[in-house]
This record gives sequence, structure tokens and C-alpha cells, in this order.
Amino acid sequence: MMQIWGQVFQPGLFTYPFLIHAWVSASAIAIISAVIGFFVNLRGESFVAHALPRGAFAGAAAAFLVGASSLLGLSVFAVAMALGMGTMRRQGEKGVSTALILVMALALGDLFLTVGNAYAPEVFALLFGQLLGVSSAEMIAITILSAVLLLVVGAVFRPLLLSSTVPEFAAARGVPLTVMNITFTVLVALAASLTVPVVGALLAFSLMIGPAAAGWYLAKSPGRAMAYAVAVALSSVWISIVIGYDTSLPVGFLVATFCLIAYGGARWIHFSRSRRAPAPSQRPQS
Amino acid sequence: MHGLQYIVAAGFFQSPEVQVALMVGSAVAVTSAVVGTFVVIRGQSFLGHALGDVGSTGAAGAALIGIQAIWGFLSGGLIAGVAVDVLSRRPRERDVATGVVLSSMLGLSALFIYLITQLSSSTGVTQEILFGSIFTVAPRLVWPLSVLSVLALMLIGFLYRPLLLSSVSVDAAQSRGVPVRLVSLLFLLAMITAVEQSALVVGALLSTALLIGPAATAIRFTRQLGYTLLLATVFALADTWVGILLAYNSFTWPPAGRGWPVSFFIVAIMVFLYLVSQIIPRSPSRRADKGGDSQ
Repeated sequence: MMQIWGQVFQPGLFTYPFLIHAWVSASAIAIISAVIGFFVNLRGESFVAHALPRGAFAGAAAAFLVGASSLLGLSVFAVAMALGMGTMRRQGEKGVSTALILVMALALGDLFLTVGNAYAPEVFALLFGQLLGVSSAEMIAITILSAVLLLVVGAVFRPLLLSSTVPEFAAARGVPLTVMNITFTVLVALAASLTVPVVGALLAFSLMIGPAAAGWYLAKSPGRAMAYAVAVALSSVWISIVIGYDTSLPVGFLVATFCLIAYGGARWIHFSRSRRAPAPSQRPQS
Repeated sequence: MHGLQYIVAAGFFQSPEVQVALMVGSAVAVTSAVVGTFVVIRGQSFLGHALGDVGSTGAAGAALIGIQAIWGFLSGGLIAGVAVDVLSRRPRERDVATGVVLSSMLGLSALFIYLITQLSSSTGVTQEILFGSIFTVAPRLVWPLSVLSVLALMLIGFLYRPLLLSSVSVDAAQSRGVPVRLVSLLFLLAMITAVEQSALVVGALLSTALLIGPAATAIRFTRQLGYTLLLATVFALADTWVGILLAYNSFTWPPAGRGWPVSFFIVAIMVFLYLVSQIIPRSPSRRADKGGDSQ
């Protein structure tokens, strides 16, 4: 028994500084991603959650070229894209502006990388993240920024929830919908700029989609759905760190896999529940 | 003729790479514009983009086991398309299902690329899979790709009326006896074919751009589907040609004399056209229900 224990939790897993940094920053990122992902899911805006981290990667490439901090480049680019998405949106064509802003950002990234001749390992690191390469200063920054973001979400929680579920009612109550659109995209952008350097541009959005989707299938009220989402996200990253440390498989792949498993499991539970008791468990209509 | 040499750098029309790029680019542009018009009307931009991305997962898998990239692209697209369709039992679930499928496929991509870099020390595969380049298309791929283009276009032609009806209003289509489910499955097939072949030749990035940009721009100018299709095709072709020309010319540009990526030019022109189309007043009597079915 002890041997298996020792195989799974190999020496240093909880003591090496770089692993402690990984545990702390991954947990902070999991929580903030799940909370923002709750709104992504509610609004049916997975494309935004995919496009922002992916496009912000282009900003990081640009920052790398001019020698600035890549976290700064990421945030500036992500927020600029988010403002564009929030304002360019049209009724019934929301995917269009998201797609066009995404390809524009990627094309700029392609240009910067080609012209600047940034060598491939740098790109690779940005695409797939460096969970085990987080420094202690970065860990502190990520934790503080996540906490600040959580406070912001708490401050706009009611109007954002209202405008996401019943927009007409929210508008009648005096909630400005365009402002809420922009608030939402900017929140996703800020979460993305925290997540990308750690888990990578390709998979930053796994953490926003999978856990929140699982949460909705498991719970019937928004509060519970969000709690489930956070639990799923946390356990996914924790298991991924353990297995990633044991096997050196890419963490992005592991996180995506466990999010998928959680999503599948939640759907299965939802399915068997609704077969046993065919009560209409409606998700809030957006 | 003397003025032309200032616009077209020497050797443009003689270069075999340019000839292949022009041919393949035109085929991709036409197919993407036509399929993309329906993608935009049906509000499926996210799926259209996701299919391009998952194709590169297939390509990475194909590189790993040593088969041709085109089979990787096609099977990646088919797997993802079927998965999204199965997972979205209700229309509301479609967005999340697409997101979950895309994120799992990207996770697989991370695994495949990790395995590739473990097996060989080359890292160039990452950027190539992400961005692709129209100038590096192997001439022997021109024929199979053209066949895929024609197949997608024929499928759209075959579906034209019922597809239009069920894209604008599912209820109206059902009341006229259109098999909505079958039509949407066949359209998914056309979409997969079109997106995967364009993702293979021009990369996932340009594939999305050519699918969404020209169609979204054309829709602003006219309310008739026939004209929209025509206009989208014209935009896509002109954009691709000018983009290729500028990329060819840019080999002498600063800072490095290495040439700017063709994707940058094509996307920049397209976004410019789209922004212009947003500024001009839309045609007044456009049907209110046309753009109304999101997701």
C-alpha cells in the first residue's frame, strides 16, 4: 500500500519550491477560471473563451519581440480584443465579430513571429504553458490578481447574472446590456491573461468550459453550479499536477482530459437522474 | 505594362510556388465563401472555426503515425463534427458541446505534439500546424484538394433550397416537409470537407478567416442569397489574390527581407472590408429574421 502511495506521490511533490508555486498558482487559476466559466456557459459564449486566450498569445509574441514582459503583452492584447468583441457585437452575429477579431490577432501574431524570427521553443512555451516554471514572484502576482478578479466578479455578480439569464428583464430594471457585454468579455480577457502563461494558449479555455458545463448538469441552482464548477476545476488541476509530475506528460493535455471526464460524468449523472425522475430540470434560458 | 512592374514584383507569374498558391488559394476562397455564407446565416461561426482547429489535431496524429496529413485533417473534422452533433441534443447545448469537443481535441494536440518532439527534435511542426503556408503546398496535392472543393460545392448546390429554408427558419422548413435534421447533417459534412481542405492548405487561421470574413461582409450589402454568395466569392477571390501578391512583393520589405506572412495580408484586407461594410448603411428592407437565429 505504502509503495503505491509512494509511486503516485513521488518525493518532492509537496516540498520542491517550483511545485509549491505550481500548486498555488494552478489552484488560483482553477478557481477564477471556473467562476468566469460559469458566466461563459450561461451566456453561451464558449467562442469568446476560446478566442481570447488564443489571440492574446499573439500579444505575448509581440511583447517578446519588443522585449516587454509577456504578461503585460498578453493583458493588453486580451483586453483590446475584449473591448472590440464587446462593442462590435451585433444581434445574431456574435460569432462573426469574435471570429474576425481572433483571426486578426492570430495574423498579427504570425507576422510578429515571422518578422521577428522568434525561435520555436518560445512559441511552444506560450502555446502549452509552463506550469512547473512559475517563479515565486509570478505565483504571488497570479494569486493577488485572481483574488482581485474574484472581488470584481462579486461586485458585478447580480447585474451580470440578470443580464445573462433574462436580458429583457435586466434591461427593464435599468441594467445597461452593452456595458454588461463589455464587462463580461473584459473579465474573460483578464482571466485569460492570468491563465495563458501557466497552462498555455491552447488549453486556457478547457478550464473555463469543462468544469462550468459539468456544474450545470449536476446542480439546479446557479450558486451550486458555480460551487461544483470550482470543485471540478480544482480537482482536475490537482490530479493533473500529480500525474504530470509522475509521467512528464503535458499538463494541458491532462487538464483537458480530466475536464472532459468530469463533463461526461456529469452528463451521465444528469441523464440517469432525469430518467429515474422525469422532472423538468431546466437550465436557466439565456 | 510599364506601370505594372511597380505593383507586381519581377517573376510573380513565372514562379511555380505562386502558380500553385494562386490555384489552390482560388479553390479554397470560392468554397469557403459559399459554405461560409450558410455558416454565418446559421450562426455556426464557432463550429466552423473549431473544425479547422481540430483538423490540426488530426494532422499531428497523422504525423505521429506517419500517414498523409490530409487523412488526419479529414478524420479529425469528422470525429469532432459527429461528437458535437451527438452531444448537442438540445440547441442550447450546442455552444458548450463545441467548446468541450474543441478543448479535448486541443488537449490531444498537446499530447501528439509532445510525443512528436520527444521522438524527433524538430519543433518547426508547431508553427506550421498553427499557421500553415499557402506557398508550401505540394503541387501533387492540388488535385485531391480540388476534388474536395468540388464535392463540397456540389453538396451545397444539391441542398440549396432546403438548406436556405431551414437556415432562415426551422419551423417554416419543417412545416413544408423539409427533413431539417438530414439537411443539417449533410451541411455539416459539406462544412467539414470545406474547412478541412482549406485548413490543410492555408492553415487553421486563414481557413476561419476565409470562411467567415467574406460572407459576413457580403451579407451587409444585399439581402438576396444569390447575390450574397456571388459577392462573398468575389471578395474572397480578390482578397486572396491581392494577399498573395503583397506577400510575394514583401520579400524585399524591411525589416529582414524574409517576406511577411500571406495570412497577415489576407486577414488585414478582409477585416478592413468588413469594417467598411459595417459603416455603410445596410440595405433598408432586409428581412428581420435573417440574422436572428444565433446558435
